[in-house]
Amino acid sequence: MDTAYLSTPPGKESAGTPLVAVRHVSKRFANGTLAVRDVDLELGAGQFISLLGPSGCGKSTLLRMIAGLGAPSSGTITWPGETGEAQGSAGHGARDLGFVFQDPTLMPWASALANVMLPLKLKGVARAEAEARAAEMLALVGLKGFETSYPRELSGGMKMRVSIARALVMRPKILLMDEPFAALDEITRHRLNDDLLALWERERFTAVFVTHSVFESVYLSQRIVVMAARPGRVMADLSVDAAYPRDELFRTSGEYARLCRVASTKLKEAIGR
Amino acid sequence: MSAPVETLRPDGTDAQALPVAMAEARILGLPASVWPRILAPLVIGVVVLALWEFAVRWNGIPSYVLPGPILVGQTLVADWGTLSGSLWVTLKITFMALAAAIVVGVTLAVLFSQSKWLEMALLPYAVILQVTPIVAIAPLIIIWANDIDLSLLICAWIVAFFPILSNTILGLNSADHNLVNLFELYGASRWQTMRYLKLPAALPYFLAGLKISGGLALIGAVVAEFVAGTGGSASGLAYRILEAGYQLKIPRVFAALVMISLSGIAIFLATSLVSYLLLHRWHESAIRREN
Repeated sequence: MDTAYLSTPPGKESAGTPLVAVRHVSKRFANGTLAVRDVDLELGAGQFISLLGPSGCGKSTLLRMIAGLGAPSSGTITWPGETGEAQGSAGHGARDLGFVFQDPTLMPWASALANVMLPLKLKGVARAEAEARAAEMLALVGLKGFETSYPRELSGGMKMRVSIARALVMRPKILLMDEPFAALDEITRHRLNDDLLALWERERFTAVFVTHSVFESVYLSQRIVVMAARPGRVMADLSVDAAYPRDELFRTSGEYARLCRVASTKLKEAIGR
Repeated sequence: MSAPVETLRPDGTDAQALPVAMAEARILGLPASVWPRILAPLVIGVVVLALWEFAVRWNGIPSYVLPGPILVGQTLVADWGTLSGSLWVTLKITFMALAAAIVVGVTLAVLFSQSKWLEMALLPYAVILQVTPIVAIAPLIIIWANDIDLSLLICAWIVAFFPILSNTILGLNSADHNLVNLFELYGASRWQTMRYLKLPAALPYFLAGLKISGGLALIGAVVAEFVAGTGGSASGLAYRILEAGYQLKIPRVFAALVMISLSGIAIFLATSLVSYLLLHRWHESAIRREN
């Protein structure tokens, strides 16, 4: 039984080449708004990183640029581990990533299984294999038995699970999440947080999690990048040195409360009040 | 050796939000709540027909002014041989026009969604075709086409194709923007995005257009026949109405009108059924709510 790694924050040992390097990235929209200003960030392989900040701080814009949706106005986003040709075609399916939107963003006309199969289908994976892999992924997010259900038949939390399964079905190196649980109730959100952590400890992808909740970011991540608005910029880079696995016990511990207080103070400094 | 496979809880708090299938009492195989929708219009219809028949008899109105419904029914049976042949001619043109409207409407919509330039250049002409009264251009079409069936088909098609075109364009542009981004992330080709995202997203809109176009194709066919008049070789229902009108066989006019109305209703029901079958599992418009 090698459960020892669970108590060491993964990612610490892989501090060598970062998976993604964000260098002096700024983004100005066509209407003149400076959404992101001069962000410098390295995303280490296997890390769980939160981008924390108030609305309008450019965290979603930054996440989308990392995904390749919209190019930076200046600066570069590189994937140092990748080969030359993959670098060239940024944002056009070359990246090994999964993306979870704020809404589940499922195709309403397709069953849960067909929704999870989508990335495989687009990559031309044979139908039988795609079905098997999608079913396995659905089971992994706790939706075994719901393969033939349509999105409208699922609750908000279940739809989000399907969305996560779809993002992970290609076993990506990096999972980008844009406030995925913001619209869910507290109980459902806690469950999904727990299950997301369990998945991350199992699969060891790099996770980048955008949120405006201090509590959520501290509970989930090893590292919190605090951002401020107008213009969107990075104000602080905190590391959360609590061991995994984190569970209900951690959520109610004094250490968690202390870490939340620190992060909260940093966030208040960042937004200037 | 490796860590045990984590089993996530399959039946959590959010798993209990499934809709519960409610058993409803059935009468003659149909749910009880469906019967008022069938019976109410039926009762109204019977009452109105009875009043009509009564008024015609009470006032002694001659049948060449207003025939009673019973006489219309008798004429329908007596003239079935001639009228059913004409009905078939009209329906054939209607369905061919509708099929052409679907093919051309959807093809143009797909082309327009691929090229904004094409849409900018051609859409105004589609609008011109739509807003020009068909009665006004039908004589020209009849002269140019030099074939009565073909000109009737063209007229009915012009009337029927625009709702399909404009609805499908709207539908193709209505795909969830985040889903479009997702397809982009996975490097989907134009064809894949069209096939797996835009066409399914456009389906409810297309079907709404189809419902309108079904009725319009019939109207277009009948109107074009009227314009072609008795001069042509066509023998559709409109031709029968004109002919019977000249001969003051008013019960026959009514019988032909009844057939046109019933055909229109049948087309509407058929397109509604197609729409229901394609959408009822997933689209909001086909979902019944408790409150």
